[in-house]
Amino acid sequence: MTTPPHSASGPRQAIALAGNPNSGKTTAFNRYTGARQHVGNYPGVTVEKKSGTAHVDGCEVTLMDLPGMYSLSSYSPEETAARQALVTERPGAVIDVVNAGVLERNLYLTVQLREMGVPVVIALNMMDEARAQGLRIDAQRLEELTGIRAVPAVARTGEGLEETLRAALDLAEKTGGRAAPLQISYGPDLDAALNEMTPVVEQAGLFTDTYPARWTALKFLECDEEVLRSAQAAAPEIAARLRRTVDKTTAHLRSTVGVDPEAVAADYRYGWIRSLLRQGVLDVADERKNRIDFSDKVDLVLTHRFAGPLFLLAVLYGMYYLTIEVGDYPLSLVEQGFAWLASTADEMLPAGPLKSLIISGIIAGVGGVLGFVPLIMIMFMLIAILEDSGYMARAAYMMDRIFRIFGLHGASIMPYIIAGGIAGGCAVPGVMATRTLRSPRERLATMLTLPFMVCGAKIPVFLLFVSIFFEKHKALTMFMFTLAGWAVALLAALFMRSTLIRGEASPFVMELPPYRWPTVSGVLIHTWERAWQYIKKAGTIILAISVLIWAAMTYPGLPDDREAFYEAQRSLLEERLAAVAPAGAAEDAKKDDAAGRQDTVPVTPPDKTAGDAKSADGAGVPEDAAERIQEQIAELDNAKSAEALRSSYAGRLGTAMESVTSPAGFDWRVNIALIGGIAAKEVVISTLGTAYALGEVEDDNTSGLEHYIRADKSWTMPKVMAMLLFTLLYSPCFVTLTVIKQESGKWRWLFFSFFFNLGLAYCAAVAANQLLSRF
Amino acid sequence: MAEVISLCDLHRGQTGVIAAIAAGGEMGRRIRDMGLTPGVEVTCLGRAPLNDPLALRVMGFTLALRNREAGYIRVTA
Repeated sequence: MTTPPHSASGPRQAIALAGNPNSGKTTAFNRYTGARQHVGNYPGVTVEKKSGTAHVDGCEVTLMDLPGMYSLSSYSPEETAARQALVTERPGAVIDVVNAGVLERNLYLTVQLREMGVPVVIALNMMDEARAQGLRIDAQRLEELTGIRAVPAVARTGEGLEETLRAALDLAEKTGGRAAPLQISYGPDLDAALNEMTPVVEQAGLFTDTYPARWTALKFLECDEEVLRSAQAAAPEIAARLRRTVDKTTAHLRSTVGVDPEAVAADYRYGWIRSLLRQGVLDVADERKNRIDFSDKVDLVLTHRFAGPLFLLAVLYGMYYLTIEVGDYPLSLVEQGFAWLASTADEMLPAGPLKSLIISGIIAGVGGVLGFVPLIMIMFMLIAILEDSGYMARAAYMMDRIFRIFGLHGASIMPYIIAGGIAGGCAVPGVMATRTLRSPRERLATMLTLPFMVCGAKIPVFLLFVSIFFEKHKALTMFMFTLAGWAVALLAALFMRSTLIRGEASPFVMELPPYRWPTVSGVLIHTWERAWQYIKKAGTIILAISVLIWAAMTYPGLPDDREAFYEAQRSLLEERLAAVAPAGAAEDAKKDDAAGRQDTVPVTPPDKTAGDAKSADGAGVPEDAAERIQEQIAELDNAKSAEALRSSYAGRLGTAMESVTSPAGFDWRVNIALIGGIAAKEVVISTLGTAYALGEVEDDNTSGLEHYIRADKSWTMPKVMAMLLFTLLYSPCFVTLTVIKQESGKWRWLFFSFFFNLGLAYCAAVAANQLLSRF
Repeated sequence: MAEVISLCDLHRGQTGVIAAIAAGGEMGRRIRDMGLTPGVEVTCLGRAPLNDPLALRVMGFTLALRNREAGYIRVTA
């Protein structure tokens, strides 16, 4: 019996996965770890950090999935994070997933990994596609020439993956996580400079326990910001000495060949790769050159001058349709589930503040958020399909010219659409979808402007007012507001990009990956990962906020004398009811009474009780009287809850704010509704309902509220326009704000988003109200 | 008939060899990271519906870049 070389004893080995975007790295990672993944963030940046557990020969291996990157420079957060992870977490070895069809470019990262002294095993992925393209790759020869183990693999089917992992473990065992760095020539000028600088770095011991000395010298020559900064902090004198050599070399190269050392180093790396490939590693069959492959043919149609944009529109509409229409079924199931939960809690719990907290605070609040989960999952699934198939990159390619005018990026289109660009999205997944944008400034501008879109939660508010005041042009008006959302978002982006987030447009250099069928497991893992993050983060925060809002709208409650007044009124009415109605109806009224105390959550609508009384009795005259009294009781209860709301903390705030909001035409009712809407826009309608003494108003059943608003003569056209513009533009809901904080990594942007949008909305509302009042 | 032109002026289906790249800093690095270095053969595959960006075939993959970026690159065609 021999123990395998990498036995289960000793610490668990860690292996990292590196590779270009679209190299199939994620597919390989999913294959290795299945659902055993952990998703987090790298410290301080919003680059996703994934790790998981893989099994080989009966032992467990920790697998780190480094972000997809083309090189190991430190320009993008992904690259910096990956480099940090390689140094601080010290994986035993790195599996470099390489797209065999684009070997030349993919090996560029391999070279950089080896320059750093990282032990590497190459997974020559997509060998099947490469073969089909007429490429013959000699893995053996590659290994001989470079000393790097190269294993042919097909990550989709899992072919070769186990062998790769085994090779990586062996390498980790042998090297202990550090191998002799690859040394290639960067040409006479740079080599001379390196020979001069390397001993200096070595003697000073500058980063020598983390990086090879020659690598540090090379990064100095390449003007690597990160290395320069930390060297300056650690050893300013040595840094100055090294910089003198760098300056001399740079000046020399600029005057002789007209380029920077950085470019020279890159040229030599590519040169090294090319000579490698020519020495029998890569053999290209002649037919490849003239062969128009499948993707090119598809692109002839899908990015065609006229057909391309039309198809894009169809795709976007299709996504919108699927999410909203199909998502409605699971959405109503979840809603029904929570309604059942609320009614069960209503039966089980004794009346009192605890019951009110659980039903109106927790269940209503958390239910409102979780209700979105099915919708979000469908949305994420469709996005995952678009991403994995390669179409997303084409959408960005086609839209880039338009988005660029506003300081954005072609890839901004998807987040905008998801946030409600075709009405009915949600800003939360929209903000998360900005992760596909690789340029930080454009990403931030997209993230901060997409809450202006007409998201699904704003729609009920629009529908209510539009069906009252724009009866004849409902669809057109809704469409105009959707357009207004786009216009404001784009103009705000332009404003931010020329003030706060000013700066050069990031270069648009993007790979258009070949079209591929997305794998089911890949799409599902992607979808679940993102949905779970939403459930977890949004769920905990919305819970706290819901309780807060509930408390603000419930306490301090009515003063004792008013409470006594309503009690007296009610018992008066009940006595009269008992006098006219038979015993059964009076019983019902008692029950209704218990519910009535539950100020904002009436359980049985009054008219239903009245209907029961009718069927039970069947007599003529007393039934009418009973019904009238029942109605009076209901009205009394509503008046009481409206007064309780007005005297609650939220109500007082709304009243206090009237002095500020009167230029926009908003009274205390509108104020509280809009304050509530900051928690979640759905709350606007229900709060407005409570404020108009209706008890609870369901989103889709606003006819009662409609009636009240029609009757309220203060709702003039200027006020309506002000209200709608305000709703469209004002602060994103709390969940969105938290996600903005999470994705931008800074509290600053949460506050900015809150105040900027609020300010903009206020100005727009006041302007609309004042200007329209002149006519 | 070899003449040096800007990469932007390459028309659809035309192939050229990169002669020089005049971009430094982040843009230069991004361009080089994608494999665009002197001596590499590029073929123009076409342009986006609004004429910008353009799509290139480089070393077996498709790369999209804006005219602005392409303007820094000179090719022999």
